[in-house]
Amino acid sequence: HGDVSAKFCSRRSADALRPLPPRLQSPDVFATAGTTICDNRISIWSSGDLGNAGLNGEYHGEPRLLCDIQHNGDVMDMQFLDQERIVVASSTGTVTIFRHHQNNQTLSANHRWEKAHYHVDQDTSCGGAACTGVVCSNPEIVTVGEDGRINLFRADQKDAVRTIDNADSSTLHAVTFLRTTEILTVNSIGQLKIWDLRHQRNEPSQIFSLAGDRVPLHCVDRHPNQQHIVATGGQDGMLSIWDIRQGTMPVSLLNAHEAEMWEVHFHPSDPDHLFTCSEDGSLWHWDASTNVSEKPSFLHQGGRSTAYLSHSTINQSVVSAWLSNDPTKDRMEITNLIPNQTLSVNSLDVLGPCLVYGTDTEAIYVNRQLFA
Amino acid sequence: EADSDGAPSILVPGAVPRRQLCFAWGPAEVLVCETLFGRAGTGEGAPSTSRVFVVRRDQDIYIQTLRKLFNESHGIFMGLQRSEEELAGKSRKAQLVQVSKNYRSVIRACMEDMHQAAISTRDPALQGQYSTQVSILSAMELIWNLCEILFVEAAAAGPLLLRLLDWVRLHVCDVDSMVREVLSSENPSKHKLFWNVVDIFVLQGRMDEARHLLSKEASANPTSMNMYKILDDLMKKMPVPSLGNTQTLTELELKWQHWHEECQRYLQDGTFASNPHMESICKILLGDEDAILEKKELMTTWYHFLVTRLLYSHPTVKPMELRFYAQSSMDLFLGGESSPEPLDMILMAAFEFEMHQVIKECSIVLSNWWFVAHLTDLLDHCKLLQSHNLYFGSNMREFLLLEYASGLFSHHSLWQLGVDYFDHCPQYGRVYLELHIERIPLSTEQKALKVLRICEQRQMHEQVRSICKIMAMKALRNNRLGSALSWSIRAKDAAFATLISDRFLKDYCERGCFSDLDLIDNLGPSMLLSDRLTFLGKYREFHRLYGEKRFPEAARLLLTLMTAHIAPCSFWMTLLTDALPLLEQKEVIFSAEQTYELMRCLEDLTAGNPDKQKFQDDDVETTKVEMLRLALARNLARVIVKEGTVEGS
Repeated sequence: HGDVSAKFCSRRSADALRPLPPRLQSPDVFATAGTTICDNRISIWSSGDLGNAGLNGEYHGEPRLLCDIQHNGDVMDMQFLDQERIVVASSTGTVTIFRHHQNNQTLSANHRWEKAHYHVDQDTSCGGAACTGVVCSNPEIVTVGEDGRINLFRADQKDAVRTIDNADSSTLHAVTFLRTTEILTVNSIGQLKIWDLRHQRNEPSQIFSLAGDRVPLHCVDRHPNQQHIVATGGQDGMLSIWDIRQGTMPVSLLNAHEAEMWEVHFHPSDPDHLFTCSEDGSLWHWDASTNVSEKPSFLHQGGRSTAYLSHSTINQSVVSAWLSNDPTKDRMEITNLIPNQTLSVNSLDVLGPCLVYGTDTEAIYVNRQLFA
Repeated sequence: EADSDGAPSILVPGAVPRRQLCFAWGPAEVLVCETLFGRAGTGEGAPSTSRVFVVRRDQDIYIQTLRKLFNESHGIFMGLQRSEEELAGKSRKAQLVQVSKNYRSVIRACMEDMHQAAISTRDPALQGQYSTQVSILSAMELIWNLCEILFVEAAAAGPLLLRLLDWVRLHVCDVDSMVREVLSSENPSKHKLFWNVVDIFVLQGRMDEARHLLSKEASANPTSMNMYKILDDLMKKMPVPSLGNTQTLTELELKWQHWHEECQRYLQDGTFASNPHMESICKILLGDEDAILEKKELMTTWYHFLVTRLLYSHPTVKPMELRFYAQSSMDLFLGGESSPEPLDMILMAAFEFEMHQVIKECSIVLSNWWFVAHLTDLLDHCKLLQSHNLYFGSNMREFLLLEYASGLFSHHSLWQLGVDYFDHCPQYGRVYLELHIERIPLSTEQKALKVLRICEQRQMHEQVRSICKIMAMKALRNNRLGSALSWSIRAKDAAFATLISDRFLKDYCERGCFSDLDLIDNLGPSMLLSDRLTFLGKYREFHRLYGEKRFPEAARLLLTLMTAHIAPCSFWMTLLTDALPLLEQKEVIFSAEQTYELMRCLEDLTAGNPDKQKFQDDDVETTKVEMLRLALARNLARVIVKEGTVEGS
């Protein structure tokens, strides 16, 4: 399994990739953030069909740069709002929407919220606080930052729809949608919080935390189909699976990486697969589909529910392997997709059969045959 | 611009010409600023506009494509450090040769990228810069390849010549475009460059290709068929060293001698007399120096000349014999017309097996340490460098790696590579790392976390504490108390945790309520980090218990806070004031014991040293104390009665 995916891994040490996040727009196109000599740039790449497909549909070429644009400050996080627009969170505290014009392959800044995140005084020149996380659900955009602030924007509105100042006394590291009106945040004192945006009060509706040391949590993701299942990753590399219907403690704690886990993602169309990447230089593929001796068939975009039933018993998929009490008892196959990596893997994204991730060695890797 | 000594001088734009400048060296740049003093001799001095200039020299770091070189070679370097030392002999050598080849392919990949950049840019200055880089990279690869053949692989007589031939074919002259031109023409043998191509094939020992071209000439010119057949035969039969062990050197030498004599005979018989081209080729086959030298323009370099000479006069050359041939080749080729360039001197040093000289010359000529650091490291792994101790203590390999890695630290993202290089410098690496890592600008929390992780992995506790303190202070100044606490916990910094707790308590006293309850309510075991923090957590718990109307527990907790000295003395008054509502409850909460304790606390507080006398001066404070005494007395009365009463159970 490990060998096969390495073979089809196409690597592009692009124009300087500085830590940050690659994001998949479609299985053929992805966006990256990187630094050049004196500035940061957002770039759109095509990893797609350059006509180089081999006999078995293998892909051998390298990703091709389509367009790029200058960006102020380091890119902390980004996410696609829709097929054309991407929202970028900056270390200066600014949130920008860029539009990718597919007809002439250019990028332009569509909208910008300056100083969305700031410390103490918004007007001082150095008062900007890094915006650490952004999540979109068209047309809504939620951002969180080092200032402990939560902002709710709408793509077409100039000012923030809602701002929760001092939502958290520590840094908010990541945010994701739980339901259409509820969001989840994780912070640097190890708390997972649910916020209900319908309510006007500035308090979380629920707070979860790990017992023991308040290890900072860096990333969070929600199961695509079963909304009560949430995964978080912490500074100690631990992967925690939570069932937010019950209790304030995680269901399982999995000793994963040896250093900060930067990102965790459920596969959007096959959520029995989870991906985590870490400062220790590894990217792990967690396969909780029950019958691991049977390799899952190649997944098509539309065949979500059929794929589920075809390789797992119906009971299992309802209960979900993630919540079973002993996930290590031959239910989960865990593979490190990078055997020789030396520096941190900062970010990953997965869509369909395509996995893209970026490292501190200033390289972006694309794996287009994830489940082959 | 260069002054009379040849040392470059730099014009600092914007500096007032009348002032003297002062400067200070940094890791990769010089800070220059104007002083009060006028230029020597003018005697004028006056306050200047106080500007500081940053003068930076090393452009290499900032050129795009070289970053790819740095990143990828880092991977190869790490692989080499971790590779199996136990492998000995042939397999170890093969492994090291592979590493060398990997480095070279990275150089070539960068050359390709740089070339692409040079073609696609429209700015002539940039184009010039890229082109220069391409030629520098090309020279680097040339030198490295030669070092690989002579030092890493240490090719022995026989295979040595084959490797050198490959080297020349790959690097020295651009034959392919000429070949294409000739072959694609209608009548190749009539093309003006035809004989040039044949000659260069012969000079590079590419016999099959030469014979193929010659056959075209033969078919076009039936009269020279006889000559052609003989020449073709000679070329086919030429003995060359083989890579396998199919023949010994002595066998080869014998065969070669035989063949050489045969060529000699044909030449002396005048077989080729009617065709000067073919005659010249025969002379080349015989190793005639003058004949070979005639083709100077085709060979372009003295080292090509060297290898051709060896091929046709001494194919079984031993490595140690190279130096003599190299020196004479260079002299003959340059012929006193031009003097050797730095590249020539470096290659000559390599042919003379003077490794240290090679490294020294390369260090002088190249503008950054990448090349010499990696090459020296590789040679060190081949156990070829004696511990050549430099006068300040570390060996050459370490010195070069330290310099290279230090250069990386001046860059905002390449510093992470530098860390790994320092790790593999046993003597001074750690000290260098400690000094550099504290100076990395921590622009975001994520960067600080990466730096911390590196420090923690290497047990650099001082640096961990220092970085956490910096981040915690920043957070505190921005009023992010939770973040500040999180940093103190990471550093296990009790003193700072105490500072933060004091801030919280101060806020509470001023506002009457706690800020950031989400933090204080969820401290968990980190509460034990400092006494003050523990107090804060417990105090909040007291408030919670009170809010939940669990009065007896609240009372017990409150008392413990004072008697166990968890509470700071400054807070006792507040605590006692908090006890008031409990004392005033309808139901008696404090037992007699507890009431006595409370009274004692109050007395401890109001009696004693003059500092506490100020309580007396303040009216509000005096009233509070009075009220407390009254409430305590009343409570005591009630509880004595209650406890004295015999109740059902």
